[in-house]
Amino acid sequence: MNVALVKSKAEQPSGELFATARSRLPGAGPVADVRQKAFDDFAKRGLPHRRIEEWKYTDLRALLREVAPLAASPDKAALTRAKAAVTALGVEGTLNLVLVDGVFAPELSDAVNEKAVKVQTLREVLDNAANPSRADLLLTSVASDAMISLNAAMATDGVLVFVDDNARLSKPIHIVHVATAPEVSAFTRSLVKIGNGAHVTLVESFVAAEGAKAYQVYDSTVVSIGDEAELQHLRLVEDARDAANITTAVFTLGAKAKLNTFGLTQGASVSRYQGFITFAGEGSELSTNGVNLLGGKRLGDTTFVVDHSVPHCTSREIFRAVLDDQSHSVFQGRIVVRQHAQKTDGKMMTRALLLSDEAEADNKPELEIFADDVVCGHGATAGALDESLLFYLRARGLPEKEAQALLISAFVGEAIESIVDDNLRDWAVATAERWLAARG
Amino acid sequence: MSALLEVKGLKVQVEDNEILHGLDLVVNEGEVHAIMGPNGSGKSTLSHVIAGKPGYEVTGGEILFKGEDLLEMEPDERAAKGVFLAFQYPVEIPGVATMTFLRTALNAQRKARGESEFSTPDFLKKVKEVSARLSIPQDMLRRGVNVGFSGGEKKRNEVLQMALFEPSLCILDEMDSGLDIDALRIAADGVNALRSQGRSMVVITHYQRLLNYIIPDVVHVMSKGRVVKTGGKDLALELEKSGYAQFEDKAA
Repeated sequence: MNVALVKSKAEQPSGELFATARSRLPGAGPVADVRQKAFDDFAKRGLPHRRIEEWKYTDLRALLREVAPLAASPDKAALTRAKAAVTALGVEGTLNLVLVDGVFAPELSDAVNEKAVKVQTLREVLDNAANPSRADLLLTSVASDAMISLNAAMATDGVLVFVDDNARLSKPIHIVHVATAPEVSAFTRSLVKIGNGAHVTLVESFVAAEGAKAYQVYDSTVVSIGDEAELQHLRLVEDARDAANITTAVFTLGAKAKLNTFGLTQGASVSRYQGFITFAGEGSELSTNGVNLLGGKRLGDTTFVVDHSVPHCTSREIFRAVLDDQSHSVFQGRIVVRQHAQKTDGKMMTRALLLSDEAEADNKPELEIFADDVVCGHGATAGALDESLLFYLRARGLPEKEAQALLISAFVGEAIESIVDDNLRDWAVATAERWLAARG
Repeated sequence: MSALLEVKGLKVQVEDNEILHGLDLVVNEGEVHAIMGPNGSGKSTLSHVIAGKPGYEVTGGEILFKGEDLLEMEPDERAAKGVFLAFQYPVEIPGVATMTFLRTALNAQRKARGESEFSTPDFLKKVKEVSARLSIPQDMLRRGVNVGFSGGEKKRNEVLQMALFEPSLCILDEMDSGLDIDALRIAADGVNALRSQGRSMVVITHYQRLLNYIIPDVVHVMSKGRVVKTGGKDLALELEKSGYAQFEDKAA
């Protein structure tokens, strides 16, 4: 019997995506070479599927089928809709850098008046032939996977933010991603470099403007934090309920540096936030926290690799997921402690709250420890709301939904409390409350 | 005097196991009733069924509260109508500040009754006044509900809620369990301060001790899922001497 192996459309990422987009992607010469190589790598691997260990629970091949075509540059009407979406975000007092359909929009962004901050676009740097290392902006050293390669091949724009040593910024820097069109992809890549001793607050948000649906966002963010520098980071995913958001974040901490990062996802049909955090200098502290609020058939995946490659660093990870209907949350946390990284103190705790019998939570903690003088631990729980607490609240007069809402707020509260900035914490709380109110 | 609570022929089972076998009880407005009985006689089951705790199946009889069918109401509706159960073991709710909880609950009840919500200053004033009377320190109110509270503090928190919500029926389930004499006296004084013409109480207790502090008008003895004897406050003293054994035979 002769059985022909037919590759399905999803298994065969056509070169068409890259070929048609190519003329619109910034950067010639070495940049184009890096893109070609990256796309070849993606074409070879295809969208990740369940047989790839890191993507076991988030089978993009089944969930996305294929990568949507590159979004057109936003026209005037798209920018007008994007502006309304930025306003609707409801956060004030931030320095906004707005990317619309993957392209930097100066008309929606704030002028940078801070002396200690320099902002460039990815596009202008990639197009600057005088810069010999421009192609390096598309390289990722900490990990290799199909989605990192796809982003490097296709990145159309992004922002590069450089903060001087010892700077104190008057307001948070806010990178806003807005989608305005249906069934297209946006590819962005941003870089934030924080000088030694500087203190920065960085916000990233993802929103949909009117008319955006079933779109795909592919973002990469590369952040380096200098010695004795501090970064407060907040990331909010409020994409359309039928969108996909696949993001890779790379953080590198110098010596005696601090990173406090919080992610809240309540949008997107499929979201994956994969973070690679490396301690490159001794005596640094990491606090990474997140909350996924999901309903319908949505999937939210948070995957973190924390690499203790040097001694005397501390990491804390607290994640919470609240799952309604048939939603699905994935948390994969790996803590790596290298052989000479003695006195490492690393802990992670992940908890999922299942509000429905059909919801699913997958928690996969991993510890890879090669040093012998370390303190590391992890914990994971998944369960329903405590019936005895619910009854207590109802016996005091709270209707069922209100009683649930109070307990859910308390459940996610511990993670939200980690946000240092009052305004940003209020914003995260308000977002969580909106999700609760929408449950009805 | 009109009946506030009427329990008629109440039969309740948990997982095919009948616990109450046709219980009758009438509590009139303004009366304090004590229900005594050995462990397993169904005292706590009765309190849970009145408050609407899930997991109990009513297979017969009815409960009327102010003439209305209580069993048809959700637990929160019962609370809004004026039923209050002081828990034997009040639960700890981490992450929910006591103050937030009190205000949310009070306003939910008022909203259900069609009354206006309490303004913040009025609410704070009221809480301050009641908590001072019950020796509840202000920092306790800022902590999570019952989180890290001692047994006595948890019971005082129940009495605080009773004072704030002003229910017409208070059911005190084993209020004395886990309390030393001083803690018991503070809690009982709080309860006594709430005794009034329009408010009835059902005090469920295993020991007579509590009834030295909260003097009942009527005492019932429960055994094996029924009320087997009803009398005045002296019945409690009699029980303390003779024990429950005599009633266990009678109920069998």
